[in-house]
Order: sequence, then C-alpha cells, then structure tokens
Amino acid sequence: MAETSTSPLASPPEGETRRDFLLYATTAVGVAGTAMAIWPFIDSMNPAADVLALSSTEVDISHVAVGQSITVTWRGKPVFIRHRTPAEIAAAEAVKVSDLRDPETDASRVQKPEWLIVIGICTHLGCVPLGQKPADPRGEFGGWFCPCHGSQYDTSGRIRKGPAPLNLAVPPYKFLTPTSIRIG
Amino acid sequence: MRKFLLSTIAAGLLAAATPALAHEGPALDNQVWSWQGVFGHYDKAQLRRGWQVYHDICSNCHSMNLVAYRNLAYLGFTADQVKAFAAEKQVTDGPNDQGEMYQRPARPSDHFVPPFPNEQAARVANNGALPPDLSLMVKARHGGPDYVYSLLTGFTDPPAGHVVPDGMYYNRAFNGGNIGMPPPIADDAVTYADGTKATKQQIAKDVVSFLNWAAEPELDQRHALGVKVIGFLIVLTAMFYALKRKIWADVH
Amino acid sequence: MSGYKFENKAVQWFDDRLPLFTVLRHSTTDYPTPRNLNYWWNFGSLALMMLVIMILTGVFLVMNYTPNAALAFDSVERIMRDVNYGWLIRYMHANGASMFFIVVYIHIFRGLYYGSYKAPREVLWWLGLVIYLLMMATAFMGYVLPWGQMSFWGATVITNLFSAFPVVGDYIVTLLWGGFSVANPTLNRFFSLHYLLPFLIFAVVFLHLVALHTVKSNNPLGIEMKGPQDSIPFHPYYTIKDLYGVGVFLIVYLAFVFFAPNFFGEPDNYIPANPMVTPPHIVPEWYYLPFYAILRSIPNKLAGVIAMFSAILILFFLPWIDSSKVKSAKFRPIFKQVFWIFVLDTILLGYVGSQPPGGPLVLIGQIATAVYFLFFPFLYLLGKIEKPRALPQSISAAVLKSEKA
Repeated sequence: MAETSTSPLASPPEGETRRDFLLYATTAVGVAGTAMAIWPFIDSMNPAADVLALSSTEVDISHVAVGQSITVTWRGKPVFIRHRTPAEIAAAEAVKVSDLRDPETDASRVQKPEWLIVIGICTHLGCVPLGQKPADPRGEFGGWFCPCHGSQYDTSGRIRKGPAPLNLAVPPYKFLTPTSIRIG
Repeated sequence: MRKFLLSTIAAGLLAAATPALAHEGPALDNQVWSWQGVFGHYDKAQLRRGWQVYHDICSNCHSMNLVAYRNLAYLGFTADQVKAFAAEKQVTDGPNDQGEMYQRPARPSDHFVPPFPNEQAARVANNGALPPDLSLMVKARHGGPDYVYSLLTGFTDPPAGHVVPDGMYYNRAFNGGNIGMPPPIADDAVTYADGTKATKQQIAKDVVSFLNWAAEPELDQRHALGVKVIGFLIVLTAMFYALKRKIWADVH
Repeated sequence: MSGYKFENKAVQWFDDRLPLFTVLRHSTTDYPTPRNLNYWWNFGSLALMMLVIMILTGVFLVMNYTPNAALAFDSVERIMRDVNYGWLIRYMHANGASMFFIVVYIHIFRGLYYGSYKAPREVLWWLGLVIYLLMMATAFMGYVLPWGQMSFWGATVITNLFSAFPVVGDYIVTLLWGGFSVANPTLNRFFSLHYLLPFLIFAVVFLHLVALHTVKSNNPLGIEMKGPQDSIPFHPYYTIKDLYGVGVFLIVYLAFVFFAPNFFGEPDNYIPANPMVTPPHIVPEWYYLPFYAILRSIPNKLAGVIAMFSAILILFFLPWIDSSKVKSAKFRPIFKQVFWIFVLDTILLGYVGSQPPGGPLVLIGQIATAVYFLFFPFLYLLGKIEKPRALPQSISAAVLKSEKA
C-alpha cells in the first residue's frame, strides 16, 4: 500500500514487512467476508420457495379435439398444446432435418405424435406467436407466426423463417393418463 | 478504554432491562426448549408429534394460514406423506372452463386449509369467541413458548370467589382468568405414532414446539448461520485489532 | 486542482477530468485528524455504516414487500418464510433501526460531553440534529409498514398528535391519513416517504461531512489543532481504528439478528392490524420513549405536544445556551456531573415512557421532564459561574504528558 509509506510516522523496515503481511491477510479476510455477505442479497432475488412450489401444472386434455389448440399457463408462461391432425404430423415428419436452422426431428420433440406441447414464447425476443386460434395467421409452414418480428414456426414448433434462432422450447411434461398431462 | 467499556456495558444493561421490566402478568411455567441458546435447534421427532397434536386437536378450531403443507417436509415427512396430509382437505379452485368454481383436494403448495370459511362462521361455531390464527402465536405473545405452554396446562379450578361466566373456562395463565377455549388437551388425548407416552405435559410441550416452528421456521438455519458469521467476525475483528496496534505503534 | 500527481497514468488521466481521486486523497491521507481521539469517536463512522446497511437491506426488502393494507402483513411473512434469506434481510433491517439509534444516541451524547456543538461547529451540530429528526420520521413510517397491531396503533397515536393544534389540527390529521382513519392510503404514503427520506438523510450526511472537513474534528481535550504535531492523517490511523470498531459493533448487532431478533420488537406486531381492537398496552419503539414520557407528563394535550417537540428543538440552540468557553467536560468538573445527571434523566424518562400510565410513575415522569428542561437554563448559568480546570497548551503537549505519566 503506497499510502502507508507516505505516512509521516512510518515504521522501520522490519516492522513494515510484518505490518504488510498483516495488512494483506486482513484485507483478504475482509474482502472474503464482504463477498460472502453479498450472497444472501443476490439469492433473495432468486425464485422464492412458494414460487418454486408452483412449478408444475396439471392439464386435462380430453376435450381438445383433433386440430384444436389450447394455451395453458406454466410458471407464468403460455404453453401451447396442439392436438395435431394426421396431415400436420406428416408435414412435420417429412421435413429434412439438415435443412433446419435448429436441427431436431419431430419425433424428438413429442412423446405422442398427436400431441405437440411447446412453450409459446418466440425464441427471438420473447413475444407470444399467433396460431392458437383458428383465425390466427400461422405463417407459411402451418405452425405459428410471431407478430413482433415475423418469425415462422412449423407444425412441430421448429423455426423455419425469420430472425428467431431456436425452435419453440419443449417443457418437461408427463402423461399421467392418456388424457391428462403434468407440465413441470 | 476501560471507562469506555464500563459505560458501554452499563448502558447496554440499562437498555436491556427496560423492555424486560415492562411486561407483567400471571407467572409462567418456564420450560427448557431444545431450540433455546446459540446452538439450539428443533427436535424434528418432537415437531412431528406436535404436528400430530395440531392436526388431531388444534386444527379443528384454529387456522394456521401462513404455513403451507409443503413446509411439513422440513419435519421429516416424505413427499407422499405431505401429499396425503394436504389431500385430507378440500379447497375451492376455479373457475373452470365452464366458469364454475369447484372443489379439489389441497396440494402441498396450498396453505393449511382453515377450519372455518370466515370469521363469522368461526364465531358462531365457538360461542361467539374467535379462535385466533396460530401461525405466529408463539411470537405474538409476551413470554412466547412458555406462555403458550402455561396456557395449555393452566386450566384449573378457579380460586374462591372468582366468577367464571357460562361458556367460559378458568385458566391461571390467561389475562383475567376467563378464557373461551375449553381445555384442549388431557393425558392420552392423542396416541403418538412413535410410541411416546402422551401425558398432558408431553402433549403441551410437543405442540408448543410445533407452534414455535410454525412461527419461526427459519430458526435452525438462523442459528447455524449465526454461529459461523459471529465466529468469522471474531477472527476478522481480532485481525483489525492487531493491525490497529501495529499501525498505531509509532503514534503512542 | 492540487499540485499532486498520481503515479498511475490512468488515475491521473481520470483525475484531470473529474478530481475524484484528489477529493479522496484530501479526505483520507491528507485529512488531518486530532491524534488523541478516543473510541467514542468511532460512532460517527458506525452511523454512516448503519445508514448504508439500512438502505441496502431496505432496497432488497422492497423487492418482495407489498404496500397494501390487505397484503402488507402477509407479504412481510412471505419474506420471512419463502424468500431466500428473507428472514436475514428483514431482521437486519428491523434490528438495524434500533442499532442505528443506539449509535446515533451515543454519537449525540459524545458531542454533548466534549462540547462538539460549540464554535466553530454549530452548523455541524445542526446538520446532525436534522439527520436525527429525519431518522425519527423515517423509523416511525417504517414501523408502520408491516401493518401489525403496533404498526397500526402507533400510526394512529402519533398522527393524532397533530390534532392537538388548534383550528387546523383535525384538518392536518385527515390530510396525513388520506381518509378518516389510518388505512390503506396512509400506508401507501408512509411507504413512499419511508423510501424517500433515507436518501434525504444521505444528502444531509454528505453536508455533515463537508462541514466536518471544513471545521475538522473536535477531540477529547476540546482544544483546536494548532499544527502538524497535533494531528495524524485520517488514513491509515483512523480507517483502521474505525474498522476495528466496525468489527466489534457488527458482532453485537448480528448477535441480535441471529440469536435474539425480536428483542427490540413488540409481540403485538405479529398480530395483523385490527382497526376495531386496540392492544392493552401501546408503546412506541424504544428510541422515542423519553419524548413519549415528556408528552404524557403534561396533562394538557397541546402543551404536551409542544413540550415534546421543544425537547428536541431546544438542542438547536445549545451552542448559545451553553455559555462556557471551555468545550470538553474533562475540564469542567461541575458540568461533568450535570452531564451524567442529564443522561440518567433521559434514561429514566425512557423507562417511564415504557410503562403503562398511572401510579407513582406520573410524578416521577413529571420531575424527570422538569429536570430535562431545567438542564438548559442551568447550563447557561453554569458557564458563568463554573471555574474550569487549566487547559493544556496543545494536543501534542497533553499527549506527551500523559505518556510520561
């Protein structure tokens, strides 16, 4: 420390080294303590216990007819559940994976081919794409169309056109019965 | 320096004595609690027994709105046990797709389901008295756990000349003596799953421990972290002191 | 600005554009501090640290607090139960308020004992009192936010103080409440002001420090520094001494936080606010108790309120009330006794304020109130008649003498 040596009452050299050692040790311990003290404050901004407890949603899908879509909420986000038609399944499976921006087979994105379950958030900048209602534009690939910047998704929720880099994410889910699922 | 220390200690004692002097009331039956002291922590077997008492007896009249079923996992119950405790009660959810509210079994993420839908219903069922919520009971009374223990075990015959109105009971720990709550516990009021003999005192102690946990669920973490933090600070302060001595050596 | 050149080129470059490092140098290594400050001088830096801790913990609490009468209580309990380390941050904030006042009270009484309010430090003293008043307002509004029984009824009682003023009193109270009782609008405005005032305090603390660096620290001898032999640079001597104080203080403060977090609190504040039921024994937080006792000692409502406010406002005139030219109680044998009587009287008032009204305490409270106010005219007379002991020639002379002894 330059400041200590400028003090008008500086110690003799030997005392100086011992003092320096103590100074460095104390500084190290003090800095370590401060760093540890910061953690509780940072951690308090993480999801709280009650938020984590709500991290799964059970959905009854028995009333969703073929060709229909529903939107449910999971962790405050929209999840698209689409009961796909055979034509949509065929279209999704026919795509050449190597042509895709984010190469994934349709089979790796579904547990049962007739049910597509994806998080309805555009991977570009977080808007909710259109395509859930019959009147909505679905883009050139029959999936979803994001109104913010024109990203287009296919019937497997894969990005096909526009600025988004990735496919719509598939949340963790499980079929509890053939007609009900638990997301999360 | 010595004068400084002495006056600081004197001022500290005065400050400490002031609130302590402020509270008076019936004498308390003070107990030894496992969580007292710097190294104190909850006895989880005791908390589970206390939960059984709360579940079988208290929860018939008293709500505990701030505690969720998921919190019971801390007492050592498995996820399935917690789910089963929650599923005993029905909660109103909805509206569903038909626009109707519906009943479903409570889930671990739900808070304890209260015994009465609202304050008025609770009063009607309890002779006009409102059984208070127990979430913070231990923190919300002077004397804390000792007070609640004294209250639970304080039902006796009234002293000569003391009039107990109809529908009320005499309790020596309760301010004024007359309480609306009937004596809630007696010997063998519960049969413990772990085989502990259920004397009145044992039941009271267990349920007060559970209530203390309900009020201060962070206590174990607080004490454990506190010991580490204070230990660290003692080391750091000693280093500061040594450095101070070194730096000041040429001034004195 | 200064002729000083920093070795580090980047530092020098920045300093030529914004003299941050020059200012830092001036207030640390270049800043001359009396060489004889004792540990009572640690409490200024401790107070600053408490202010920082309060603002920091407060900012993080607000991330999870809901200022709504229907939700506030539960949101605080959610902080205690569900938010990661929420209990730690809240207990640090709640106990921090008490610790902040302990530190500031010691700081004020230290100023009183060593005559730190006297010329040329009158404005420094005023700024300190302004900080103290702002602290009282901030702490009061903060105590309302958990919306427990004591929050609610404390707010009711304190705001009702203003109803003592003739004609406009009721109008003022309605204005403070934003309604016809303490309710949601009151909570919302208190929350807004509780967040604002600490930053105002921070600004006044800055002025307090500017004034301090202009007039320099007083010291236990109460005589001014006459030359370099009387002073040492603030850094490293007082930085390390302050840090040592910080360590000791944190041990005490955090021992409360971890092992007796509700020591300064009232159990009734763990009962949600109920506008229909007043708790049997209403007490303000301990740091208001002496003034609360003064309020209750005077049987007339308006006179009581005026006396309570005067008890603090009179301190602004202290630099002129005290007519003695000698600062430190060290050299004023009678003042030294009177000072301790004043301290004990304040503590006695605090005790009276904590007790339920009635009984012999009423008379004791009235006597203690009289003693409190008589202290000031007596101080004026004392300066005229007291014979101070001989002052040392300089700080260094006194230090050398004590080292020989």
